Amino acid sequence: MTATTAPAAGVWGAVWQGLTRSTSGFLGLCLVLGVLVFSFAGPLLVDTRNPTDIDLIWGPMNAEHWLGTNHEGKDTFVQLVLGGREPIWVGVVAALITVAIAVVLGGIAGYVRGCVDHFLLQLTDITMTIPFIVLMLVIASFYRTASPLMVAFIIGLVTWPYLMRSIRAQVLSLREREFVEAARLQDLGTARILFVEVLPNMAGYVFINFIIAITNAIYAVVGMYLLGLLPSTADNWGLMIQQAWDNNAFLLPTATPFLVAPMVMIMLFQIGLVTMSRSLEQALNPRLRDR
Amino acid sequence: MATDTAASPPPPDAPASAADPPSLPWRVWRHHLFVKVRKSVVVVFVVANVTFFLARAMPGDPIDVMAGRLTQGGMSMDEARVIATNSLAFDPDAPLWRQWWDFFVGLVTLDLGNTITRPAVGVAEAIAAYLPWTLFSIGVGTVVSIVLGLSLGMVMAYRRNRFLDHALSVAASVLGAVPNYLIAMLLVVGGGLYLGWFDPVALRGTVSPGVTPGFTAEFVGDAFYHAGLPILTYVLAIVGTWMLVMKASTTEVLGEDYVTVARARGLRDGRIAFAYVGRNAVLPLVAQIAISFGTLVGGAVFVERVLVYKGVGGLLLDAVNYRDYPLLQGLLIIVTACVVAANLVADLLYSRLDPRISDQGAATP
Repeated sequence: MTATTAPAAGVWGAVWQGLTRSTSGFLGLCLVLGVLVFSFAGPLLVDTRNPTDIDLIWGPMNAEHWLGTNHEGKDTFVQLVLGGREPIWVGVVAALITVAIAVVLGGIAGYVRGCVDHFLLQLTDITMTIPFIVLMLVIASFYRTASPLMVAFIIGLVTWPYLMRSIRAQVLSLREREFVEAARLQDLGTARILFVEVLPNMAGYVFINFIIAITNAIYAVVGMYLLGLLPSTADNWGLMIQQAWDNNAFLLPTATPFLVAPMVMIMLFQIGLVTMSRSLEQALNPRLRDR
Repeated sequence: MATDTAASPPPPDAPASAADPPSLPWRVWRHHLFVKVRKSVVVVFVVANVTFFLARAMPGDPIDVMAGRLTQGGMSMDEARVIATNSLAFDPDAPLWRQWWDFFVGLVTLDLGNTITRPAVGVAEAIAAYLPWTLFSIGVGTVVSIVLGLSLGMVMAYRRNRFLDHALSVAASVLGAVPNYLIAMLLVVGGGLYLGWFDPVALRGTVSPGVTPGFTAEFVGDAFYHAGLPILTYVLAIVGTWMLVMKASTTEVLGEDYVTVARARGLRDGRIAFAYVGRNAVLPLVAQIAISFGTLVGGAVFVERVLVYKGVGGLLLDAVNYRDYPLLQGLLIIVTACVVAANLVADLLYSRLDPRISDQGAATP
């Protein structure tokens, strides 16, 4: 009992320490929380109707429209507040799927070894060789009318191999430890040893990679919106950027907020996540922790 | 890739006793490089077949897509389908196995076939017109970012915890976190609209109209002028990663005994920095160059679309949108082959640079 839960609790303590101990880690955490509050609490505070107004096409910034209006005369700030939810939760779900696949397959490959390992490695070789954007492009076009959840699944299905490889390598080294040996002697069963004894030791590492997977997924989601490969739904930062770009907003100074505001939000979120993951890596680096 | 050889079981038909000298065909078969090449061919073959079925699984075929577009112009559906069927080199009634057999024969005979949407144009021809531009912009971007990133990373490691190190670290983190297509957009808005350094519309395409290709100063200059924004985007997007990785690698090497010994021997700092520290710090990064190349080829789809640069990225998007199966297959095969080739070169380079890896690899007992 204690052998398995103690390291996990220690990990969450260490995650908190890693984020608050260094200035950059703390700033990253603040950025991420700020963007999350803006996107998830903000919609409760603005008027969500946001009507189109032909008289206000590409209107400038003023007291009534803080960030001006877009090509349809809609208020840019309201769209900005409403547009964060979808890319963020699609990114998080996609990252969860990536990490789940990588942990399960990496754990099995590293623990069972033999021909299962061989087959899974061959699979990662092939998946890694196809540039992942290309693969996603093709898959996404099957589901041109896909729900956001489907998009998350597509991204998750394409991006697991790198993480799977490093988890496999760590399981290979962990499986030789005494406590795993002890569990094997007790005949606890492969699944139990793997998921209860071996994998909790990598919780910190998996968490760092979960954060990195979110940044990759958001890169992919916004990129696919940019290419017009995803169905246009309600307000969405990726869609705002695409509409701004396709309406030549880069030629018009009053159109700049509509293009740049969602870009800034995405960049702040990504920078926050990357800074967080860097600080955590220094605090939780498995190479430093294990030796 | 390197871990595979260790995990693979010994081949059942291995020479029975160590006393027998292995035959030449056997040595070739087990040669490190040959094993890699064999594996690469298998990967490309599997990818090609996966692409074939992925492409066919997409909803709608080329005729549907073209007919759909024609009906938007007010034409009736039946009329549109007849026109589409006549103008496209695609038989919607051919069974899947027949299409696969044609594709397979083409693959084996290295014939990529003709495009569907422009029946007279060969796939190889179409790709040959676009691929050089992508390889040119990505190649120059990779080289510049590596040279810049490695030098800056080494400077950061030598100036650890000074102001320069902190400033460069922040810059590298920020650059590494921003998606490449957003960097491209910021360059266009900032440099084009606000600073007025260039006209983003005139920069579209790979060369200006009227400039004839050839090894003339005008053509080369114009090509670099148009590729400037994509190259700058690629450099900014990846230089940060190289800086941070090189800094970590150099820091590790600086703690090694041989560096201390070299210092104690009174060698000049410049010599230590290049012959000892630099060389050993770069070594572990060589394999990553190939990976970075592969990621860039994928990212080119976004960057080329944003900057309207006529490379394979835009061609690929067209192939997907118009369901041009042969073009899509050909592009994926070529792009995969490029990435696989980059991996092979990285492997070779690595074994040249690191004396501990003999190119006999797993074959030597």
